[in-house]
Amino acid sequence: MKLRKLVFAVFGLLLLTTSGTSFYRSRHLEEAVVLSPGVSEVKKLGDYFEGIRGTVNDCNIYIMEGEEPGGTVFVMGGTHPEEPAARLAAWILAENAVMEAGRLIVVLSSNRSASLVTRVGGAYPPDFSIPTDWGERTFRLGDRWADPLDQWPDPEVYIHYPSGQFLAFVDIRNLNRTWPGRPDGSLTERTTHAFMELIRQEKVDLFIDLHEAELQYPVISTIVAHDRGEELAAFTSMMLSDMEFNMGMEYSPPSLHGLSHREVGDHSDAVSLLFEAPEPFLDATRGKTTREQLLTGKDEFVVKAGKAGLLFEKMDENGWPVDVRVGRHTSAVLMTMETWSELNPDRPLRCRGVPRYDEIIALGLGHWLHDPSAAPPERVEIE
Amino acid sequence: MTQIQTVVSFLYYLLVAYVVVLLVWNFVRSRKWDEEILYLIVLLPFLLRLFRLK
Repeated sequence: MKLRKLVFAVFGLLLLTTSGTSFYRSRHLEEAVVLSPGVSEVKKLGDYFEGIRGTVNDCNIYIMEGEEPGGTVFVMGGTHPEEPAARLAAWILAENAVMEAGRLIVVLSSNRSASLVTRVGGAYPPDFSIPTDWGERTFRLGDRWADPLDQWPDPEVYIHYPSGQFLAFVDIRNLNRTWPGRPDGSLTERTTHAFMELIRQEKVDLFIDLHEAELQYPVISTIVAHDRGEELAAFTSMMLSDMEFNMGMEYSPPSLHGLSHREVGDHSDAVSLLFEAPEPFLDATRGKTTREQLLTGKDEFVVKAGKAGLLFEKMDENGWPVDVRVGRHTSAVLMTMETWSELNPDRPLRCRGVPRYDEIIALGLGHWLHDPSAAPPERVEIE
Repeated sequence: MTQIQTVVSFLYYLLVAYVVVLLVWNFVRSRKWDEEILYLIVLLPFLLRLFRLK
């Protein structure tokens, strides 16, 4: 019996070691960023609010000062890291964008804690790789919510501040349910408070939050606009639908609190928009939760759901590859800048070096991810 | 709020450590092989949390 216990204990230790090593590696995987020639300064979120300095969410802030004066646009990736096209589109901006007029601020890991964990009990892949012209780049997959290791415990009911609206308990760790945040709140609330300080201190004119959505969710392939951004979003949606791909437009509901498209616009001078691209990986009816499914966006079960009329976006055997999803985001950001400049000629936003939808599909998004080993060390940052 | 969360988290980890001790004790005392496997499987997520791995 002692021998049996010993064998079982060794087996248990083996399981603990293999799973623990995998989780440790996932949480400590370093993602490189090769700075675009347009990046003039890299700050930390803690520079805007002392309460977030040194925490896991003290993320990098990439600032690209334009050659000519203009407006300031802030593009946020990584609100929900398990929506990788949003992070990757922001990555392409950080590695390629050069501002000709105005200023661009980019964040890749806005809820960095959420990028260090995958869905608990969800058997998600810990990371994924994108093929490039020189090799491949590996990124953390992440989750929708901050890691419970960093923010614990969750309340029975999450009462949003300052509206007092009741939300799901787990959403106290969801960055897109804690806007505008508070200085003495939970880690996620302090993170959104810090971003609000950034928006106010940097005098941001336009705020864009990048996302992906499941095809069974009605808010998909669209721009969600705050009241003050309706004209901008409507023009952008029309131009994109006419020239590149179908893009809808939705109004931010005034009574739904905690979301960036509502609270950033209500609590700052910035116009706030949120972009959604389709991601079958998020659909509850999906098949295997694999890296291949994440990157190809192909899934026979989601196709079946579409045939049953359960989807709000088209879905066929071609799926929604990550290149298509990232291309939608980069084109939508560029088109928004162009529309903004037409509506606000005194505060223009002009950008070069960023590929549009057609270019990313033609060459693959990896073409715009640069080799960190070939870049000067002072032009490489770690997320 | 942050201080309350820190205190609750500390108590939570004490609780997790206590459950780990109980499970290991039961594993050692058990005489049935199927119960031993069960204790080991239940023990894993507690250890992963205690070691702050997941």
